[in-house]
Amino acid sequence: MIELKNVSKTFYSKKSAVQALSGVSLNVGKGEVFGVIGYSGAGKSTLIRCVNLLEKPTEGQVIIDGTDLTGLPASKLREKRQKIGMIFQHFNLLKTATVYENIAIPLKLTGLSKTEVDERVKKYLAVVGLDDKSDAYPGQLSGGQKQRVSIARALSHEPEILLSDEATSALDPETTESILDLLLRINREFGITILLITHEMHVIQKVCDRVAVMEGGEVVEQGSVIDVYAQSAHPTTKKFIDSQFPIEAPESMLKTIAGKGPIVKLSFVGHSTGQPVLSEIVKRFDVHTNILSGNIVQMKDESYGRMIVHISGETDAPKAIEALKDAGVQVEEVNLDDV
Amino acid sequence: MTFNPAEFIDRWGSNIWQATIETFQMVGIALSISIVIGLPLGVILVLTRPGKALDNKYLYQFLNVFINVIRSIPFIILLFFILPFTQLIVGTSMGVRGVIVPLVVYTAPYIARLMENSLLEVDKGIIEAYEAMGMKTRHIIWHVMIREARPSIILGLTIATIGLIGATAMAGLVGAGGLGDLAYRFGHLRYEEDVMIVTVILLIILVQGIQSLGNRTAAWLKKD
Ligand SMILES: Nc1ncnc2c1ncn2[C@@H]1O[C@H](COP(=O)(O)OP(=O)(O)OP(=O)(O)O)[C@@H](O)[C@H]1O
Ligand SMILES: [Mg+2]
Repeated sequence: MIELKNVSKTFYSKKSAVQALSGVSLNVGKGEVFGVIGYSGAGKSTLIRCVNLLEKPTEGQVIIDGTDLTGLPASKLREKRQKIGMIFQHFNLLKTATVYENIAIPLKLTGLSKTEVDERVKKYLAVVGLDDKSDAYPGQLSGGQKQRVSIARALSHEPEILLSDEATSALDPETTESILDLLLRINREFGITILLITHEMHVIQKVCDRVAVMEGGEVVEQGSVIDVYAQSAHPTTKKFIDSQFPIEAPESMLKTIAGKGPIVKLSFVGHSTGQPVLSEIVKRFDVHTNILSGNIVQMKDESYGRMIVHISGETDAPKAIEALKDAGVQVEEVNLDDV
Repeated sequence: MTFNPAEFIDRWGSNIWQATIETFQMVGIALSISIVIGLPLGVILVLTRPGKALDNKYLYQFLNVFINVIRSIPFIILLFFILPFTQLIVGTSMGVRGVIVPLVVYTAPYIARLMENSLLEVDKGIIEAYEAMGMKTRHIIWHVMIREARPSIILGLTIATIGLIGATAMAGLVGAGGLGDLAYRFGHLRYEEDVMIVTVILLIILVQGIQSLGNRTAAWLKKD
């Protein structure tokens, strides 16, 4: 559906050149939710803006549904863009127009009749749950409501693709959840392919099927979300994932256990909890386990859990670890200073 | 000398009425034409900027300098300087008709600048959102840029209108009349203080009225 081939983008100014993207290739399948994550300045916005050619790539191809957009004349590009919706961090609504007009004006400009416009506006306002706000001005709405209006505006053109540039970054956690739920629903109900960018792992975990991690204008790792969680290789990816598994054990406790048996990081894919395997090894071996921290994140269709466990019982600890590995748990020994 | 309203109106009423009409005519016509010229110029100034939709360094620089040059010339100089041009365009350089041309030449570049400022204030993100939706540039100009800039455009036009009223005071020099001219000819040259005070009061009321009308309209259009 969306295919980026070796896309590079360099911004030239009088004095310098900034290479925002270098040789990025991505492939987003039809009906998929694809996330791009990276720290500030990684080139995420530039990347997503290249997809609808708001930013013209210096090199490479942007192929949407088989058509290379980089070679299209302006009028053909406009036609294509009408089928690619986009939502933004700052909503980008007309401040001087009502919610209704914000959706209706672009529709009218694409040549729809008045009754068609009216039908679409009402339909998509209902989809985003704002049917009662059609006469309000954006200034009278909350951030979450504004984002819903902008989602309705994007949907009203009945696009096949929705691009989301940090759509939840300006929202509080609760509103973020509701907007993410809405995006998931849109993906499932209308089969719209979604490409989103974010700097929050939580967003990736909750709604994405696949993810690409960006740094310094390059994709450093990509794959299905669960694989990336289970086998991340790049330090940046690890940092993003670690941010969801904070170590909560108090400093004093860490000091008392230092040197008394291994501390291991256990990762589980699919299991709802690691508890049963842990009690199993305590029964089978002469060890005690002490959970320093643990968290489970729920992904679209799987869960991924991680625990930091202190295993005491010097002689049996290695055997216990082997047993854990046999049970399909990923075990990684960690240094206290690293956690 | 005591002020007798009845006698004053009897003696000067028709002159003042006539002058008021002339002022309204000059301001109304010159403003309309200046908007028709100034607004598109302002749009062109914004769109030909580096990195904008119609990026054109030469046109932008030319307009920029051209507008600055005209705006540097005091109205009184402009009035006489372009006499031949006025003659050529409207066939006369006298009367209300003759003064419209210099008034427009004076006001249109000013309006272009004010429009440029207003349009530049429009959130880039909104324009981008419309580009992303595949909207045509001319639709974006009208339905996004000008629409969103309306409150600020109205305030700019208010300033321009008040400047225009000031400029019409000098229109008397080419026999166009108006309130400013009345105050000058009778009040100043012939020591008819009453006439001068009354016309000045009328001008103050006019300027005040236009300013508050502008402020209110802008506030009403703003919606946030
Ligand atoms: N129009 C531009 N002109 C010059 N440099 C730019 C432009 N847009 C982006 N850049 C540069 O390109 C790099 C990538 O920017 P980009 O906005 O894509 O990052 P990002 O990952 O979206 O960051 P953030 O999370 O802060 O939004 C940065 O170094 C930025 O300064
Ligand atoms: Mg960004």
